[in-house]
Amino acid sequence: MGKHLKPYPQEKRGKHLQLSTIDELKDMARQVRRDVIRMLAKSNSGHTGGSLGMADIFTALYFRILQHHPHQFRQGADHDMLFLSNGHIAPVWYSVLARSGYFSLDELNYLREVDSYLQGHPTCESGLPGIHIASGSLGQGLSVAVGAALGLRMDGKKGEVFCLMGDGECQEGQIWEAAMSAAHYQLGNLIGIVDYNNQQIDGEVSDVMDVEPFADKWRAFGWDVLTCDGNDIEHFIDTLEYLRKDKSRTKPVVVLATTVMGKGVPFFEGTMPDKSNWHGKAPSKEDEVKALEILGITVFGDF
Amino acid sequence: MGEKITIEQTAKYSSRGNKATRTGFGEALLEVGRQNPSVVALCADLTGSLNMNLFRKEFPERFIQTGIAEANMISMSAGLATTGKIPVASSFAVFATGRVFDQIRQSVCYSNLNVKICASHAGLTLGEDGATHQILEDIGLMRSLPRMTVVVPCDYSETKRATKAILEHVGPVYLRFGRPNVPDFTSDEDGFEIGKSIELHPGKDVTVIACGIMVWKALEAARILEKEGVTVRVINMHTIKPIDTLAIVRAANDTGAIVTAEEHQMYTGLGEAVANVCARNIPVPIEMVAVEDTFGESGKPDDLLKKYKLTTEDILEKIYLALRRKS
Repeated sequence: MGKHLKPYPQEKRGKHLQLSTIDELKDMARQVRRDVIRMLAKSNSGHTGGSLGMADIFTALYFRILQHHPHQFRQGADHDMLFLSNGHIAPVWYSVLARSGYFSLDELNYLREVDSYLQGHPTCESGLPGIHIASGSLGQGLSVAVGAALGLRMDGKKGEVFCLMGDGECQEGQIWEAAMSAAHYQLGNLIGIVDYNNQQIDGEVSDVMDVEPFADKWRAFGWDVLTCDGNDIEHFIDTLEYLRKDKSRTKPVVVLATTVMGKGVPFFEGTMPDKSNWHGKAPSKEDEVKALEILGITVFGDF
Repeated sequence: MGEKITIEQTAKYSSRGNKATRTGFGEALLEVGRQNPSVVALCADLTGSLNMNLFRKEFPERFIQTGIAEANMISMSAGLATTGKIPVASSFAVFATGRVFDQIRQSVCYSNLNVKICASHAGLTLGEDGATHQILEDIGLMRSLPRMTVVVPCDYSETKRATKAILEHVGPVYLRFGRPNVPDFTSDEDGFEIGKSIELHPGKDVTVIACGIMVWKALEAARILEKEGVTVRVINMHTIKPIDTLAIVRAANDTGAIVTAEEHQMYTGLGEAVANVCARNIPVPIEMVAVEDTFGESGKPDDLLKKYKLTTEDILEKIYLALRRKS
């Protein structure tokens, strides 16, 4: 709380946590899902489905893949940078940022409240560590990431730039302006990750405005394309480690990570019988109790 | 304000000939680029029009051609700023503001990133290309955004000083200039401080507060009226936001009437910014020389300024009106 405090008080940061085994990561992903459910139920608003669906990817990135240090945000010479273009899944980001040491777990109690650092959509104006730029209005993040990748390359920095997007978000024309420019400038230090769940607020992406043939579109725009199961931590890590092994990349790469919206809590998963989904809804108190029971407790403990 | 106004004082600002403001931008960008390696320039397929070839030639590795994709350019600039660069994003004013308002709002202003949006070909004086390209709403759009600084220099020399000043300033800035060759009359002695207007001509009967190409016309009007014994204070309000409240209140207090002059819509521009200050502090009669809620059209710049009532004569007319209302 108290987002007027700038910069974020150092003593409120957590310990930098990294995890090595797949079992630990899976356990953390479960805890992150618990955090998401509890934050959203508490604030009684927010985006449940995408946050749950991306819990495995965020866990893998922050506790294993990213070259980063939570206590040297914006100062790390060769650190990776991460941009979340579909800002509405902020709750899952807030959870991994807090648990990897960027800020106090206590902040998770105040999602979407007045004066909270944890705004409904991510913002950097409060100086909260871990977030470089605001996002929420869709379609801008990949362009931002292209700019950052150019900036790092100009300075000869080794860090790579990650940009997370939604598949529905790729209906925005600006994504393709950005895609074109990334290939034009041969940004081998840029990695896009698309939450490929075929869901958006009005229904299934293929019904609302089909983005297929999706992989072909990226290839046609000059990108290398990898696919993986975004809810299989091991598979996702293997995919990312494989692509990062090649240090001489001259093309941007996009990972189309197939996920299930609402993953981890069966009654939030995928398309509901009435064709709706859990894109923009928050769990009720009863939903929360049931979901937490299904997820079970972890060694990391609730916030 | 009882001082005697002499010809020498007014003659301080005589035209050295016509020169484009965009030329001043391109030259200053090169100078700053030489001093500050963090400055990077982006342009959406209008490098020549923006006079950015100088920078591109000397610093090809710091120049980013974005192609015809302005939304991408603004967000890329924000991304560059997150790595500590000072990006200068440039295009015609119509494409650099209205077309990309949401990108500027979220990725630049709300995110408080150090991005400079430098826009040429603003207003009617873009001329023959017509209304699609003649943006008259950009000042309003940009001054509506929290954290945005809005600067509108009046001639070639001031555009140079303004370009240097905004690149020293930390935070989002919109710099607006234009296409045609216009009188170059200000001097380096005037200096340039963001938010601090410059009195170009002393006067006690009425004040003309102008920006951009209308500043020279305001000066002309003041000189004409001198011969009739009316003294006109002329203020070059080169920064629309933050507006120089003190200078406006002083002018209202000292002269009792104000005329604003701008190459922009009457709604949301300099006139409304000045009226806001007066209404809240010291209400006085205000007349506005501006485009009156209409789009432009194709034509020679001077013919358009005449048709849409943005000439020295129009300023004179509004001065007479203001004087009548004052008494």
